[in-house]
Amino acid sequence: MTAHPDSRTPRWAALAALVTSSLLLSACSSSGSGSSSGEGGRPKSGGTLTFAVSSDAGCVDPQQVGSNDTIYSLRQIVDSLTDQDPKTGKIVPWLAKSWEVSSDTTTFTFHLRSGVTFSDGSPLTAQVVKENFDAVPKLGALATLAQGYLSGVESTTAVDPLTVRVRFKQPNAQFLQATATHSLGIESSASVRRSPQEKCSKGVVGSGPFELNGYVQNQSITLARRAEYAWGSSLWTKQGAAYLDKLVFKVVPEAGVRTGSLQSGQVDAIGSVGRANEAALRGGAVNLQQRANPGVVFNLGLNNSRPLLKDAKVRQAILFAIDRQQIVDAVFPTGTEPATSILARTTPDHTDLGSDLAFDAARAKSLLDSAGWKADGDGVRVKDGKRLSLTVKWFANAATNQPALELIQQQLKAVGVEVVLKQLQIAQFSPTLQSGDFDAVWGNVTRADPDILRSSYSTRLANFYHLPAGPLDSALTQQAATTDAAKRKQLVAQAQQLIVRNAYAVPVVELQTQLGVAKKVHDLDFDASSRIQLHDTWIG
Amino acid sequence: MRPYVAKRLAQALGVLWAAYTLSFLVLDYLPGDPVSAMAGAGADTGQVDPAQLASLRHEYGFDKPVLAQYADYLGRAVRGDFGDSVSTGRPVTSTLADALPQTLQLTGAALLLAVVLGGGLAVLATYTTRRWLRQLLLSLPPLGVSVPTFWVGLVLVELFSFRTRLFPAFGNDGLRGLVLPAVTLAVPTGALVAQVLAKSLLTALDQAYVETARAKGAGRLRIHLRHALRNASLPALTVVGLLAGQLIAGSVVVESVFSRDGLGRVTAAAVTVQDIPLVQGVVVFGALIFVTANLIVDLVYPLLDPRIVVAASRKVRPA
Repeated sequence: MTAHPDSRTPRWAALAALVTSSLLLSACSSSGSGSSSGEGGRPKSGGTLTFAVSSDAGCVDPQQVGSNDTIYSLRQIVDSLTDQDPKTGKIVPWLAKSWEVSSDTTTFTFHLRSGVTFSDGSPLTAQVVKENFDAVPKLGALATLAQGYLSGVESTTAVDPLTVRVRFKQPNAQFLQATATHSLGIESSASVRRSPQEKCSKGVVGSGPFELNGYVQNQSITLARRAEYAWGSSLWTKQGAAYLDKLVFKVVPEAGVRTGSLQSGQVDAIGSVGRANEAALRGGAVNLQQRANPGVVFNLGLNNSRPLLKDAKVRQAILFAIDRQQIVDAVFPTGTEPATSILARTTPDHTDLGSDLAFDAARAKSLLDSAGWKADGDGVRVKDGKRLSLTVKWFANAATNQPALELIQQQLKAVGVEVVLKQLQIAQFSPTLQSGDFDAVWGNVTRADPDILRSSYSTRLANFYHLPAGPLDSALTQQAATTDAAKRKQLVAQAQQLIVRNAYAVPVVELQTQLGVAKKVHDLDFDASSRIQLHDTWIG
Repeated sequence: MRPYVAKRLAQALGVLWAAYTLSFLVLDYLPGDPVSAMAGAGADTGQVDPAQLASLRHEYGFDKPVLAQYADYLGRAVRGDFGDSVSTGRPVTSTLADALPQTLQLTGAALLLAVVLGGGLAVLATYTTRRWLRQLLLSLPPLGVSVPTFWVGLVLVELFSFRTRLFPAFGNDGLRGLVLPAVTLAVPTGALVAQVLAKSLLTALDQAYVETARAKGAGRLRIHLRHALRNASLPALTVVGLLAGQLIAGSVVVESVFSRDGLGRVTAAAVTVQDIPLVQGVVVFGALIFVTANLIVDLVYPLLDPRIVVAASRKVRPA
């Protein structure tokens, strides 16, 4: 049900004129209002920001929610132990003033700020943090993100009222970044004790700059500023309480309605702006803001144990046969970048392997020739009577999936590889991965830490892609066990090279988050995970 | 009268049971289950401990044999308990009860508009003696039935919200927020009313009693409204019963376009995340509304035309 306002507008204008010309006149005169000069003016307090998102996860507990649309609002009600600089990927203080990590990355000790209170009045203590970290794993499948960050935890101890220590059974360098995410946002003691369902429907109590004021399922999430807030992230520019009095997140599923509501000033910002809506938003009192999502890029996740795909030459041929720039230009929102590695640019320790991912159809063909796959009459290569045909399973969780895959299908056909596309229910995602019943799956993972490579590609973990054990494992294991930033960067680079050069997976395109924001809204900034922080945001 | 009512009631219960059973079977046949849906939506890698999935499945009873699940759920459903929504953990019945008033407002307003506008159009089209006007008016209902509801909604939003800001584009804010969605939903519904009523009005005007009335010296308007309309309204009333179903179905689209809270939105959301208990509740609830509307229509018939009870009762008795 995605509308295409770019092609629609002229037709609708004619319709409007037909109905009544005076209505149209008033419409034209109003469209120019509301814009103010970009960066001019001093920040001022007060006002309400109305933000239209496309969906509601049906739950208002940041520890349980994984959908961006809902994270936008819930991120504002909880603080995290740490924050992550979106420019450098560096972990910086927030609720924790400082921390120590043991040299084997199994033990993390956090020193909390004093004087922090939750919106129910209770103070932040080491004990509350412990209660949070003890409760999260019990949420199980209800909180897959948060639970993953804490997997392998041995114990959490309150060393003293403001010192908390987390011990893991194995080295776990990713945990520090995990403490910067909304998923491990700290909730008050009373809040932690609520049942998961209760937290979902009634919400949670955090120590964030805003508190939950109202939740109407499928309709809106309303947040109010906490005047006494004084423990913001070290990344924020404003000290103390936030500028805005109120935040209202409206759920507006129809892309065309979101776009029109932003243009007509009924909302101040919108999420999920697709290519089809860009044209309508350009030139008005609106800024388009984009940032690539960190983590594993959209890729063809190959099942490396399939007879066809066991041969590195075949995998590499697929990698070279894809013209990433063409896909980006044809399908994705403006500003989207072709993949330059298995990790997106915005992931810490990303290595630019763009030249390894350059489109080279001739090379793809010669690789297939040398692997014994000969071109046949109908264009699909054959070997020992078998056709070079693979099935890509995909899930309808983004409007861009189908057109992107259809283009890939054409590009691979051009070198003699047949691709059969099979759409599955989102519910079948994890059963499909677990069963291993696929040649390739299309997907991505958002995570602002390179350790996501270990969860996805280490043969010592789930190994959904059936990679052979080898040097990649040791690189992935070692990067998880080092506190030396330079050494970790080098190991992560090595892992990316091994994945790309062996074509264990075929990186295609970075996922980009695109927002539409009225020009009168200032400093609505992306965080390191390409979600938003609204503490510094002001309207003027 | 009593056997007639009893028969209609039994039919209504039968429809409800069939709706429940069919939806259960369809949902059971679908691949995946709500628990993996939750996991799949939460973590895009699917890095979920299978043991945890299993324990959740057990908690919701999805690990039992199909027949046992069916018997279990049906038994509770009869007592009005549809369990808890898998996505929110709230009881299904209270989720539906919260959404119901919003949808009743919307569908009620739409039905009223549909009857007034559609009925008015039919009366006007059949009353006018200008051929071109009648042709024009009679060509509107097929148009109204065939344009997609969400397109109508988007056109109305563009004209009356984005361009002129007369009404809000989304939300449930009072009467002003109700106007555009109600009009959108009234378009196909009113068109159907107009189509059926115009046809039966034209038929009624050809009947002998119209000639009789005319011979007695009744005026044209009086004949049209008092005699023909009364008789022609019976088929239209049947349609109103069917419209209940159309309005519920239409509310899924309209509530999504206008971001209104209500049963339609609940349905759309429940289906997307495969929230089986909620989908079941919605199906049965929708069927309940449909069945009730038709039951009311069935019970109103005899008041308009006593012959109906006689005919129905005769069929009930064994020959």
